Amino acid sequence: MTQQFYVSPEQLMKDRADFARKGIARGRSVVVISCADGIALIAENPSPSLHKIGEIYDKIAFAAVGKYNEFESLRQAGVRYADVRGYSYDREDVTARGLASVYAQSLGAVFTAEQKPFEVELAVAEVGLAQEQDHLYRLTFDGSIADENGFVVMGGLADQISDVVSAAWEPELNLAGAMRLALRALATDKEAEALPATAVEAAVLYRASESHRGSRRAFRRLLPEDMTRLLTEES
Amino acid sequence: MQDPSTGPLATQATSSFTEHLQRSRPELLPFNQSLPAGMVPSSPHATTIVALTYAGGVLMAGDRRATMGNIIASRHIEKVFPADEYSVLGIAGTAGLAIDITRLFQVELEHYEKIEGTLLSLVGKANRLGAMIRGNLPMAMQGMAVIPLFAGFDQVSGVGRLFSYDVTGGRYEEQEHHSVGSGSVFARGALKKLWKPNLSEEAAVAIAVEALYDAADDDSATGGPDPVRQLWPVVYTVNRAGNRRVPERDLAAIAGAIVESRAIAGREA
Repeated sequence: MTQQFYVSPEQLMKDRADFARKGIARGRSVVVISCADGIALIAENPSPSLHKIGEIYDKIAFAAVGKYNEFESLRQAGVRYADVRGYSYDREDVTARGLASVYAQSLGAVFTAEQKPFEVELAVAEVGLAQEQDHLYRLTFDGSIADENGFVVMGGLADQISDVVSAAWEPELNLAGAMRLALRALATDKEAEALPATAVEAAVLYRASESHRGSRRAFRRLLPEDMTRLLTEES
Repeated sequence: MQDPSTGPLATQATSSFTEHLQRSRPELLPFNQSLPAGMVPSSPHATTIVALTYAGGVLMAGDRRATMGNIIASRHIEKVFPADEYSVLGIAGTAGLAIDITRLFQVELEHYEKIEGTLLSLVGKANRLGAMIRGNLPMAMQGMAVIPLFAGFDQVSGVGRLFSYDVTGGRYEEQEHHSVGSGSVFARGALKKLWKPNLSEEAAVAIAVEALYDAADDDSATGGPDPVRQLWPVVYTVNRAGNRRVPERDLAAIAGAIVESRAIAGREA
């Protein structure tokens, strides 16, 4: 009969955390920036169809780094949660805070109870009527949740990219300015000055979409041609 | 939230919101209830909806009245709704159920779009609505039928298309124009005389309002234009650019012109 070796809980948790961190560090980065026109979400992603950024609900978007199958199942679960909640109560009752705390519970449960933790890091963004009402939550593989101010950077080079963004970020940035900043920040480990629009996946949560765009759904995916047009605008 | 860690998640996954509710929260579905034997107390009923195609699109219009037996239950009810960006639906029958089925259908389409990252085809949407109406069949047998009319812009073929349903969920594609609800026979008569191929959008809106006017003239359950309360039919157009609600101001002018032309004629309508 085989007997299991004793492993201390500290060691077990540390091993799991190291494993998850390694997985995330391999991935390309994602930047979420709150700006005057709304919230810009930009991911370095060469695939035009396997998305890292998604719409969850009217004012709520999702961005992730790590293993695709894991964050995709979390994204779909988030859409289901939001739609059931909005259908059984009201559309107004779906909030990023509620969604983030459910994600935190799921991630935490998987981290402690499952064979292997999820190798993902998530951002949940909700655009408000005014910039002070924007919410950005960052969720890590162990279920810890952080309420970020202004921007979120996740992925392999999060620290370096975060330095670039925090040096230049200001609340008055417009959408084009936020996109330029993100493209410049995502190119920190590359030869280029900034990433080209074709190398990224971008989306935006427009502020006051009802009055400006005639739709309560604030989320809009930006195609490479939309990005090029936006970036050639005067800042 | 469905715990992603439990079970073979991928095989359970569905892009249909209705299927998801059936599995996890069946009590939230508007149908799916077994009623005890007995009479259902009278409840508000929604009435006439008309829809017609025009050059480059399709439009749908509904009056603003709900009735409960001989009583007017509501003068403000809206019975035509956008289903998603490129389709609209109108409902006749038991208002309470119909409004919930509409809400479920709207979430169903949006849910599919978010999960799959692409829109359902127009016929796919029409079939989903048919399945919901079939789901409501037990309630219909208790006297609480819901009959929708569905219209949308087919982005593949580039034309507006129109679908009607029966109480068993049967889906029938209609040509040119169609109408459902208690005043539909009168509205159909008007549409047959007024509709022409290649109508402009403005002319089509005026014809829809006139058809509802004729329905209201002969059917007590259909409301006509109400200048006292400034209530006009709800009209949505759908074309390549998506759906659009016709502004109250335009409808007031159109309804005013119809009443005026009939008054000048001075005959029995």
